Amino acid sequence: MSTATTALAGKAARDVRFLDSTIGKKVVMAITGVILVGFVIGHLLGNLQVYQGPHALDVYAEKLKSLPPLLWGTRIVLLISVGLHIWSAVTLAGLQKRARPVGYVKLKPVTSTYASRTMYWSGPILALFIVYHLLHFTTGQAHPQFVEGKVHQNLVLGFQNPLVSASYILAMLMLGMHLYHGVWSMFQTVGVNHPKYTPMLKKLAAAVSAFLVIGNISIPISVLAGVIK
Amino acid sequence: MELDAKIPSGPIEKKWDKAKFDYKLVNPANKRKYSVIVVGTGLAGGSAAATLGELGYNVKAFCFQDSPRRAHSIAAQGGINAAKNYQNDGDSVYRLFYDTVKGGDYRAREANVYRLAQLSVNIIDQCVAQGVPFAREYGGLLANRSFGGAQVSRTFYARGQTGQQLLLGCYQQLERQIDAGRVQMYPRTEMLDVIVIDGKARGIVVRDLISGAISSHLADAVILATGGYGNVFYLSTNAKGSNVTASWRAHKKGALFANPCFTQIHPTCIPVSGEYQSKLTLMSESLRNDGRIWVPVKKGDKRPASQIPEAERDYYLERRYPSFGNLVPRDVASRAAKAACDEGRGVGETGLGVYLDFADSIKRLGKKTIEERYGNLFEMYDRITGEDPYSVPMRIFPAIHYTMGGLWVDYNLQSTIPGLFVLGEANFSDHGANRLGASALMQGLADGYFVIPYTLGNYLASAKLDKVEATHQEVKRSEQCTNEQVKRLLGIKGKRTVDSFHRELGKLMWEYCGMARNAKGLKFAGAKIAELEQEFWQNVNVVGDGGELNQSLEKAGRVADFFELGKLMCHDALVREESCGGHFREEYQTPEGEALRRDDEFAYVSAWGYRGAGNQPELNKEPLSFEYVHLAQRSYK
Amino acid sequence: MKLTLHVWRQKNAASQGKMERYEVEANEHMSFLEMLDVLNEELIGKGQEPVAFDHDCREGICGSCGFVINGVAHGPMPGTTVCQLHMRHFKAGDELYLEPWRASAFPVVKDLVVDRGAFDRIIASGGYISASTGSAPDANAVPIPKKYADLSMDAAQCIGCGACVAACPNASASLFTSAKISHLGVLPQGEPERRERALRMVATATAEGFGNCTNIGECEAVCPKGIRLEFIARMNRDYIQASWLQRQESSAGGVG
Ligand SMILES: Cc1cc2nc3c(=O)[nH]c(=O)nc-3n(C[C@H](O)[C@H](O)[C@H](O)COP(=O)(O)OP(=O)(O)OC[C@H]3O[C@@H](n4cnc5c(N)ncnc54)[C@H](O)[C@@H]3O)c2cc1C
Ligand code: HEM
Ligand code: FES
Repeated sequence: MSTATTALAGKAARDVRFLDSTIGKKVVMAITGVILVGFVIGHLLGNLQVYQGPHALDVYAEKLKSLPPLLWGTRIVLLISVGLHIWSAVTLAGLQKRARPVGYVKLKPVTSTYASRTMYWSGPILALFIVYHLLHFTTGQAHPQFVEGKVHQNLVLGFQNPLVSASYILAMLMLGMHLYHGVWSMFQTVGVNHPKYTPMLKKLAAAVSAFLVIGNISIPISVLAGVIK
Repeated sequence: MELDAKIPSGPIEKKWDKAKFDYKLVNPANKRKYSVIVVGTGLAGGSAAATLGELGYNVKAFCFQDSPRRAHSIAAQGGINAAKNYQNDGDSVYRLFYDTVKGGDYRAREANVYRLAQLSVNIIDQCVAQGVPFAREYGGLLANRSFGGAQVSRTFYARGQTGQQLLLGCYQQLERQIDAGRVQMYPRTEMLDVIVIDGKARGIVVRDLISGAISSHLADAVILATGGYGNVFYLSTNAKGSNVTASWRAHKKGALFANPCFTQIHPTCIPVSGEYQSKLTLMSESLRNDGRIWVPVKKGDKRPASQIPEAERDYYLERRYPSFGNLVPRDVASRAAKAACDEGRGVGETGLGVYLDFADSIKRLGKKTIEERYGNLFEMYDRITGEDPYSVPMRIFPAIHYTMGGLWVDYNLQSTIPGLFVLGEANFSDHGANRLGASALMQGLADGYFVIPYTLGNYLASAKLDKVEATHQEVKRSEQCTNEQVKRLLGIKGKRTVDSFHRELGKLMWEYCGMARNAKGLKFAGAKIAELEQEFWQNVNVVGDGGELNQSLEKAGRVADFFELGKLMCHDALVREESCGGHFREEYQTPEGEALRRDDEFAYVSAWGYRGAGNQPELNKEPLSFEYVHLAQRSYK
Repeated sequence: MKLTLHVWRQKNAASQGKMERYEVEANEHMSFLEMLDVLNEELIGKGQEPVAFDHDCREGICGSCGFVINGVAHGPMPGTTVCQLHMRHFKAGDELYLEPWRASAFPVVKDLVVDRGAFDRIIASGGYISASTGSAPDANAVPIPKKYADLSMDAAQCIGCGACVAACPNASASLFTSAKISHLGVLPQGEPERRERALRMVATATAEGFGNCTNIGECEAVCPKGIRLEFIARMNRDYIQASWLQRQESSAGGVG
């Protein structure tokens, strides 16, 4: 280097608030990630009642609606979580762009999984999906045959359209990928990594993703196959 | 010139204390008014710059690598000695002192060595406090091992990367001072001249290796800690960038160069495999603790090692030196390997190699223990040679490793130019004609952490230093000379590359001024080098220009200095008509082929003065007296 | 063996660079850098500028060398720097792409040489134990369990070559930073400054322009010294703790 290096100039940069730091933002992602994972698991368990006959889902939905504090409480927490999750993702993505303006002519990943390298793609796709999903099954604007309160019927009619089913299946594969890396990654982010437990956590992540993907995908497939009517 | 080593009076164990008390001190508030230049950020320079920064001096530090952390000290593997006697095996400051003087074959200054042994203890404390992760026992206390030639376990180590960990320790302290604004760091900057004004070192001329800009830095004192010059041999275990340029240019400005021919050859390196070879890789000497060295009994025996039965193997070190066996000092082990190869009993494709065999240790201790001790070294060997040392013996051969010679300094580490201090491998001070394993790291850190802070203070407090301006004619003149040399090198535009010259110089040095030397060869080499040097200045091709990063230009400047140094080394070796330590003159050996020292005539330090290009150098002698370690022929039988 | 090389050539930081094609005759005993030496000797012979690359020890310890070979930092052999990579791992006819580390915090200086000064500044911001010379207690005064000493050494082995940054899709310096935080943080000597160290070093890494970590693990895979992702978790832990527990430094000094 041509000039003497003194680190003095950068000193101001050391006073960084937690939420402005990269690790702080990742922690936000991890915590909101846990909430979202918890939700998708619960959501799936609820949805699986579809296999218990045409009325089970409607009754379940009715029950949820009869408990507004729970319903709205959950919705608000989820909304905030998604919001914060996306906020961190977007700000960190900006940082990454700046960190490598010129890429490689040849690049060969050595060990990383496709899932881990595409978090910044699978995430936004999920965001789009969530919006669509809400418009489709919750508020109905994206569902031509939507009837308020007829959850089971909305679901069956919706999934009978192969295009709709395909988009759900695709989204769930995205979710699976997102969580295949995400569920393990959030432990690492908050500082949990130990040669004894990390391999187990990686397996757990795979199991959770598999469960969510298979469970969720089974529903549109069953509808298309005529198992759920 | 009358050489005054400034050794304090009094009994040896009191000398350093007395000196420290007699030294003048710089008032704490005044320290920031003094500026100090430190060239080199290895163990010696890095520790000096950090410590002087802590004391409050204004320090500027320089290195040619892109970061101070990459100095060649990083490559030291084996360990660092200290007379801690944690093992309760009979070690003491006195014993370390004694071993070092004896190991140096009685060509070191007793007072310096004693101080080194004393300070060794503080070094370990300091390094541990900085977070150097030395190896430990299960109980949490520090582990030690015995190392090349020592009969006590006094070597501290951090796996096979002791130099790295010690250097990172001092690099971190240095960075702390950089952050505090007390040290300004100039990486990728090469020193090309010392500025001497009114007889005192007052600055340096440097070239910024990125922009090519040549400029000067002025200060109240200059410290050189620029490492050793083993690369004059082209092939050595030193890093590619290691060079003599800083020392040599200081030499040309009046600093005497001491014992240039004292070079150390390390017995355990990976043998050369071809013409393109760019450097040699050391395998830590600690391997000799568990490996057995042998060659076939029969000449030209080309069978693979596994097919040579026990009875047809010659464990020549164990045979010739029953009490030290494979652990004889480096010079002895190296020469014995050369002798075996000269007899035609060398192994490997080139016949320039001997076996270092772990089969017995693996049998005795188990593969796991060997792996724990040497795993990373075995891996490294495998990576380089493609052979697995767990199943076939390693092949090793001696290689140039360390230079005991260097700029002459007195007890205060000051050269013959007042205000120019020299630390670490760059000075000649503590190892005599042969350095013991694990003692160079110790010396570098002793010089930097514990000696220079006192002696520099004494100099600054007693010298009268007028302010110098950047416009001083001497500054301008030095800059101009440096500029001219750069232009000259770029302007030759000959046919040969710098490396081809360097390789040829290296071969001459290795052949005639290497492990064994004789008058005829030395004279021949001296003349040959002069010829080669002449050709260099007419026929070297340095492409590119001076105004940017130009690695050929950097090399060319260094090789130019190596030619001059090479000639001096041959001359020094010729004049020293005895064998001692790393300097083996074939004419002077005992009937059994051991080195024959001639204390009556040669118990002195040769300190050479520069008298201009083409003139014979001037020999100054610093007589050595041995009051404590009595002169005796070394014997490792 | 004959090889085709595509090498990034860039005259200096300000100029544009591009890939250039060369052919070189190597043999299997050479190291990768010796193969480049051969190329450079030929280039000089033709009056062309040799390819600039950083190197010094050629023993895999100084951390000077390093560039990307066919998309992998330090090339195809795990745990091996380019200076220790040998040509026996390649075969005649191979086409090799050599590119410098790519990160905005590591601007290209020339050809394959980059400026890694940002690493030094990360260390300067807190990667040390404040132990001024002379102030140390006896080295054995504080026993350190072998397990911790070994763990510390595992992290301390980092050579600062920058391969982790080069391989990270986010150009993050997390592996490097966490190695130093872990090396010092697991030792009792490093404990007093553990939290402050994490806060300062992490902030500096970001200020230098390195990206954030997404736990992908490419860094660990290319690290020539086997530095583990585990240390990044440790860094996160220290950082999170430090952020919670941070408080204003008391400005009241000691008795004057
Ligand atoms: C492979 C190997 C293994 C070793 N193992 C051991 C061991 O186990 N134990 C032991 O005690 N010793 C060992 N040694 C010896 C020991 O490592 C060195 O003697 C010692 O580290 C030298 O330290 P130093 O600070 O004097 O110089 P170096 O560490 O060589 O540092 C020289 C510094 O000077 C700078 N410099 C040089 N020239 C210029 C210039 N012109 N301008 C600007 N800067 C310049 C460089 O950039 C560098 O920062 C080993 C040596 C080698 C080669
Ligand atoms: C159902 C919805 C979602 C769930 C369950 C979920 C879950 C997770 C989890 C557990 C993590 C790991 C956190 C960490 O590494 O610390 C994560 C990371 C991430 N998520 Fe999501 N997420 C969801 C939706 C989204 C959306 C909508 C986006 C996009 C805008 C997104 C973008 C990201 C990104 C970019 C990461 C960071 C990856 C990393 O840094 O390692 N996620 N997510
Ligand atoms: S040159 Fe030193 S690590 Fe490769």
